[in-house]
Amino acid sequence: MTVAIDRPSRVQVENGSSSPNGSGRYAIEAEKMHVYYGEFCAVRDVDMKVPTNKITAIIGPSGCGKSTVLRCFNRMNDLISSARIEGVVLFQGQNIYDEDVDPVEVRRRIGMVFQKPNPFPKTIYENVAWGTRINGFRGDMDEMVERALRSAALWEEVKDKLQQNALGLSGGQQQRLCIARAIAVEPEIILMDEPASALDPIATLRIEDLMKEISEKYTIIVVTHNMQQAARISDYTAFFSVDDRRTGNLIEFDDTEKIFTNPSQKRTEDYITGRFG
Amino acid sequence: MDLRRKPRVGESIIQGFLFLCGAISVLTTLGIVYILGRESVLFFASEEVNLLKFFGGTEWQPAIGRFGIWPLVTATLMASLIAMTVALPIGLCVAIYLSEYAPDRTRSILKPVLEILAGIPTVVYGYFALTFMTPLLRGILGRDVVEIYNTASAGIVIGILVIPLVSSMSEDALRAVPGTLRQASYGLGATRLETAVRIVLPAALSGVAAAFIVAISRAIGETMIVAIAAGAGPNFTFSPFRAAETMTGHIVRISGGDLSYDSIDYNSIFAIGLLLFLLTLSLNVLSQWIVRRFREEYE
Amino acid sequence: MALNQQETAGQDAGGMMPSGPAYHERVVARQRRGRAWAVIFQAAMLAGIIALCALLLNILNQSFGYIAIVNNIDPAELAVDGVPLDRLPKDNLVEILEANVSAGLMRRYEHDMPFAERSRENVHELILERVVEPQVQATWGLFDSLFVRGSVFAEAEERYPGSDVYFRSWLTTSFISKSQSSEPLRAGVRTAIFGSLWVVAITVLFSFPIGVGAAIYLEEYAHKERVLNRLIQTNINNLAGVPSIIYGMLGLAIFVRILEVFTSGAFLGVGDQSTANGRTIISAGLTLGLLILPLIIINGQEAIRAVPSSLRQAGFGLGATHWQVIWHHVLPSAMPGILTGTILAVSRAIGETAPLVVVGASTFIALDPSGPFSKFTVLPIQIYQWTSRPQDEFRNLAAAAILVLLILLLSLNASAVLLRNHFDRGQASA
Repeated sequence: MTVAIDRPSRVQVENGSSSPNGSGRYAIEAEKMHVYYGEFCAVRDVDMKVPTNKITAIIGPSGCGKSTVLRCFNRMNDLISSARIEGVVLFQGQNIYDEDVDPVEVRRRIGMVFQKPNPFPKTIYENVAWGTRINGFRGDMDEMVERALRSAALWEEVKDKLQQNALGLSGGQQQRLCIARAIAVEPEIILMDEPASALDPIATLRIEDLMKEISEKYTIIVVTHNMQQAARISDYTAFFSVDDRRTGNLIEFDDTEKIFTNPSQKRTEDYITGRFG
Repeated sequence: MDLRRKPRVGESIIQGFLFLCGAISVLTTLGIVYILGRESVLFFASEEVNLLKFFGGTEWQPAIGRFGIWPLVTATLMASLIAMTVALPIGLCVAIYLSEYAPDRTRSILKPVLEILAGIPTVVYGYFALTFMTPLLRGILGRDVVEIYNTASAGIVIGILVIPLVSSMSEDALRAVPGTLRQASYGLGATRLETAVRIVLPAALSGVAAAFIVAISRAIGETMIVAIAAGAGPNFTFSPFRAAETMTGHIVRISGGDLSYDSIDYNSIFAIGLLLFLLTLSLNVLSQWIVRRFREEYE
Repeated sequence: MALNQQETAGQDAGGMMPSGPAYHERVVARQRRGRAWAVIFQAAMLAGIIALCALLLNILNQSFGYIAIVNNIDPAELAVDGVPLDRLPKDNLVEILEANVSAGLMRRYEHDMPFAERSRENVHELILERVVEPQVQATWGLFDSLFVRGSVFAEAEERYPGSDVYFRSWLTTSFISKSQSSEPLRAGVRTAIFGSLWVVAITVLFSFPIGVGAAIYLEEYAHKERVLNRLIQTNINNLAGVPSIIYGMLGLAIFVRILEVFTSGAFLGVGDQSTANGRTIISAGLTLGLLILPLIIINGQEAIRAVPSSLRQAGFGLGATHWQVIWHHVLPSAMPGILTGTILAVSRAIGETAPLVVVGASTFIALDPSGPFSKFTVLPIQIYQWTSRPQDEFRNLAAAAILVLLILLLSLNASAVLLRNHFDRGQASA
């Protein structure tokens, strides 16, 4: 079922749409989310509804908690013992931080691609197959691997060396393999943490094209430090800033076009035009 | 102003002395090889023994001129095998626990415990084997099954002795696996166990294998535990509950008495020593080779 | 509770991934397996801790406990006018001794040290040794003695009638201050402690300068590409894995035999002329020195490598020669690390047994070692010998000697930790 989205001019609706009925429209809804590392409040008071099957970019100066917010969306912060999250993160109408929600299930449904390409030191084939195997995939594994690699626009380059070690691929290829690996377990959302920052410009371009292609099927949330990249690829943009206590907060979240041409907040405008950060 | 190079005699002398210090280690190795080799040649040159009898015989009775190495070798291998069945699983599980499960604070408390275990002299372990492990085994399995001196209790205690070695080397290897791999695994919806055993462990396999091999080498060369608890007297047996003498145990017993130089007994322990040296050296070289050859380059 | 599964555009048409309740159940099963293995991993850790505890408790158990003894002459019979033996004045004690031992023995005692000069305690001890002559019948462990006292006494009553049963700590001050004896009740580890200290002193004097020198050479002077230097490095790494007993055989062949003239002290005309051979403290010390040399070198290299190169450059920038830079800048800042590693290597040497058996530690010495050319025994050897005796009371002695050895090692290690902390703090504040 495809949900048509009438692009709201202002996505950050104050109330009323957190009911499960509205969940088809939004892939992730964060409500009053605070993140702490020990005593330190890293991010405060995030309200953000991420629309389904669109690319949402998160931008902001370094240290504003972009990656922290992203990692809250699939409970990767659980792996840091000092991290603590307050508030609600709704995924399909359900708070993923509820007591009885298993983070393993969350992460399988909300995949992640990391800043540096991090293929497993296994074969290319096994890199794609591993995640599906542990999650109980029943079906033609060869076909699945091919489909995932094709979706990640990598098939033609690696089809003859599927049994070679993935660490032999170039950085760009490795990152596309990581995307293929994430796609293979059939998530609904893919989180990308500066996926192209370690790559050269040509490899970056390929990753960006790939993101646009797969956004037809998946909701993509991408953290980027590159404003041009956000403008090029995303449908929506969230701008985070950092206050004088080094706590990050969401300043503005809107259509990418509006953020880059006519932001409603002065601080966004300052950042976009390069007067700050 | 004169900037020409001046001979600095003092500096050269010092450098020469420091080089000699380094060279002493090479001399040590050469000394070991020379001594073991020379006495072994004398041993094999004697009328009572030849290589065929040495490697083919199953009886070691110097008094009646029987010099078959097998009783000593089987006892050594049996004790080492028992030690490894104790040390490898426990050591590896401890390493996985410390590296992948334990919170930092717990880890910082538990690591010193293992270091204490590693720092206890082996003669104390020997005492432990004889006065605790043997009565324990005899209590469980029956006094007629387990002899007072037996390879089983020596082997188990050698296993306890090398647990810290296995766990600390394996843990180093596991911790050297980059955290990004763990994150990638969790990001695909893997559990902690799946991440630890199916991603981190295979990625650290070369280091873990090296740890295992070093542990085997250590167990083969271990002396005091077997000298105290395994028995005095070569015995060609495959029963772990009977007394048997290992290569190291035999060397200690023979040299502990008043040994006259150039007797065949004296020469024979060097032949055993040579075998022991070659065995442990090749295991150590193998472990270093594995680390070098199979090290994963992540960056 | 399963996350709601919805039909979304993200689900591929060919999706073969389990979903909904089926997937949720799978995850629950996987997590259950994960928890089971987590318990196994923890149990392994626990097994290690239990082994350590068992080892220590076993030694404590053997070091203290009830013993049953039978006296040759009941001390009560020796009382004079109702005054018990241990309160009698010295004169009475000498009389008792005279009455009970042969005249020849009395003359020998007088010859060793005139009775006029002997203390009351000394004479009292001679009486216990020669007249009372207590014999150990049986010993019990600490835990039996504490928890099943009744049955200990019952057993002693039944099997050793007429014996005295009392609680004995095998580790006492006199155990430390007395020398070796064939009588378990009077044996001590004094000679062994002195032997250990002598041997370790020689070991350190030999291996510390050479080890640090080699570490300096390898880190500061050696070109890593040269074959010879690579050979030295590989060789050191391999030496660290050679079984210690092999070093014993090396020591036996080189120091005891080939260099006998030197190690026996014959070239100086000193040493024990009666048994002049190379089985001396200096042979043992040098053997252990070779044994711990690789440890000291490897550790020294790490300490030197940790010195920031900016320090060297600052030195060179002021026109210092290479050695001046090493001596004045590199070594002082590497020294804490070097010393810590040396202490750990020394504690390895103190606990070594096998190589010293091979080199030829003496089985029985009652006299303190007088120098590097004396015959020797060391604590671990003493433990080994007592452990090998079949009688229970020697096991108790061995346990007490193990306690002494462990306390010695513990204080060495503690000093290494303190040293490290001290220098860490100093560096932090600098």
